[in-house]
Amino acid sequence: MGPVLVIRRDLVEAIVEHARRDHPDEACGVIAGPSPDRPERFVPMLNAARSPTFYEFESGDLLRLYREMDAKDEVPAVVYHSHTATEAYPSRTDVSYAGEPEAHYVLVSTREPDTHEFRSYRIVDGEVAEEPVEIVESYRE
Amino acid sequence: MAITVSIPTILRTHTGGEKSVEASGGTLAEVIDNLESNHGGLKSRLVKDGVLHRFVNIYVNDEDVRFAGGLEAKVADGDNVTILPAVAGGSR
Repeated sequence: MGPVLVIRRDLVEAIVEHARRDHPDEACGVIAGPSPDRPERFVPMLNAARSPTFYEFESGDLLRLYREMDAKDEVPAVVYHSHTATEAYPSRTDVSYAGEPEAHYVLVSTREPDTHEFRSYRIVDGEVAEEPVEIVESYRE
Repeated sequence: MAITVSIPTILRTHTGGEKSVEASGGTLAEVIDNLESNHGGLKSRLVKDGVLHRFVNIYVNDEDVRFAGGLEAKVADGDNVTILPAVAGGSR
């Protein structure tokens, strides 16, 4: 099986809803899980930049998030954020900040009011590779 | 007692896969130099042009060093230093 993001529908809906709610500011967050390919726990984060063109996890929030994942034996499976006026493709800034080589970087675009884009990428060593998204009702064991 | 440094996944190539290493020093700058002497290549991922890289957050005992003097932040034996990649990005 090549690179793919397998993700439960309720998690996709949670991400899109978060992006819609914070529009026109960029929304951001993580889905933590026991492994990078098993997103389970939706963790929306505050965009400390509160900007329509930039997002950043506040540094105290970031530390608490990683401590919490450590305590639960989790890793960030999905790191998501939204683009509110551009396409759901990683920008140069997104690529330069991508510091979790095993995570699936999900981008949602809320530039259109009636539709959205939901796409996933691996970003490793500065290289972007889009991967298909497979939405499932539940995970097979 | 040494200083315990937590290493994020992306930097573990410099520590042979270890997620926690020990270091010594009285300031963060000294700790980073000490880390570099044992784990070559780590410093350039943390420091650029004499200041902390904006892509990393470093905490001494849970306090972001940006609010505690940056590279001059004081560190003492028994302290924890945590390094995390900043999670950020934007439309451009």
